[in-house]
Amino acid sequence: MKQTISFTLNGNSVTVESHPMQPLLYALREDADAPGTKYGCGEGECGACTVILNDELVMSCLVPVVQAEGARVETIEGLANADELHAVQQAFLESGGAQCGICTPGMIMAGVHHLRHPERAPGGVPEALEGNLCRCTGYTRIFTAMKRAKEILSAGGTGS
Amino acid sequence: MRSFGYAEAENAQGLAAALGKGYRIKAGGIDLLDMMKERIDKSERIVSITGMTELRGIKERDGGVAIGALTTLNEIARDETLRKAFPALPDTVCNAATPQVREVATIAGNILQRPRCWFFRQAEYNCLRKSGQACYAVAGDNTYHSIYPMGACHITHPSNIAPALVAVGAQIIASDGKNPKSYDIRDFFLTPEQDLKRENKLPQNEFITEIFLPKMPEKSAYVEVKEKQSFDWPLAACVATYADKKWSIILAHVAPVPLRATLAENVVGEKADIDENLALQAAEAAVKTAQPMAYNGFRVHLAKAVVRRALLKACGKDFHA
Repeated sequence: MKQTISFTLNGNSVTVESHPMQPLLYALREDADAPGTKYGCGEGECGACTVILNDELVMSCLVPVVQAEGARVETIEGLANADELHAVQQAFLESGGAQCGICTPGMIMAGVHHLRHPERAPGGVPEALEGNLCRCTGYTRIFTAMKRAKEILSAGGTGS
Repeated sequence: MRSFGYAEAENAQGLAAALGKGYRIKAGGIDLLDMMKERIDKSERIVSITGMTELRGIKERDGGVAIGALTTLNEIARDETLRKAFPALPDTVCNAATPQVREVATIAGNILQRPRCWFFRQAEYNCLRKSGQACYAVAGDNTYHSIYPMGACHITHPSNIAPALVAVGAQIIASDGKNPKSYDIRDFFLTPEQDLKRENKLPQNEFITEIFLPKMPEKSAYVEVKEKQSFDWPLAACVATYADKKWSIILAHVAPVPLRATLAENVVGEKADIDENLALQAAEAAVKTAQPMAYNGFRVHLAKAVVRRALLKACGKDFHA
């Protein structure tokens, strides 16, 4: 039985018709025209589908869409400001933080969340990104990118 | 896709009304959604209680601490009161799973999660716990299975937080939608010998509302060893607490239930300060009854190491080497 569910996606109101237990990931990709968030494992193991839900970092494959009713959802599509990339996106680009790209949207959302709430990961970037697997980079360039993102932000770059 | 009913409850009355035959309660949903996707959980009706905000939060009460069933692992990991009064408790969860999981997973869900045995988790293996004929760990790869035999099924209990709650004798407050019920966590968990299909005493028609810690320990420590730093269940872990001239030494991830190391507790007795030698003796006593399987003998050594380290850490001592 489908249900009407409304939420805010990157600042815009969205309404989807969906089974309430449908993972938020599918609602984003298929109903809300926001396929930037990727499907990795579908069982909360890899972090590829990471989005920000009401300021909390969650895996959208494990969040039933009904839980997003009235919520604020942020995805990779909402980061750039017109033509200007978000500091974390720009830093990943400059540092080679992305290779095949499947983990990248989730990885970047976790990075953005970390820069907003560094206190939640006392162990720093490795702890903040521990829920996001990358099989290409070996993580070194991702860590470099996060360092670069902080520099871009402190130099007044886009990102919040 | 299998179809099933769905309802939400925002308070106790709403929940009582939503409960029906064949339902399953959903809190954080981390374990439940995995079980449904693997087609191991085939509940006909899901009742979400994430909206029951009165079940969320940490409060000091009656000289103890009450933790609402829906309190997330991250809220416990960051709680200042617990951090000061009972550091082993936040330590058990601050490195559990990943930040994304900790933001959503609840304390009650962590205690009630089903075993992580890789045979149990695959629908293709019709194992004893799923009404089949055999435990596949006996002849198969049993690296992560129990090293303390407690019946025909060889799971290890997957909860990170339960051992700390067992150490301080927490009460589990539950409800059937009408009346409150109370369980002593020390005999809440069931070994395969007691029941092959269930890991705890909570009946199908009840749900946890609160975990009450009656008293904070004077000393406490948690030590775990894992293969990976992140997103891994420990190979062995130990919680040691000291209160009223008594040690509680609870081993985790090595047996089908959080395991009280009674022999080790007898070795340390009333002594508040434990030296290297006594810690080692206690650790040896803790693994005396271990009987590893073909591939997990190394975890007996790890179990011994975590007991020794937890006792020394609780006494503020360096536990390396």
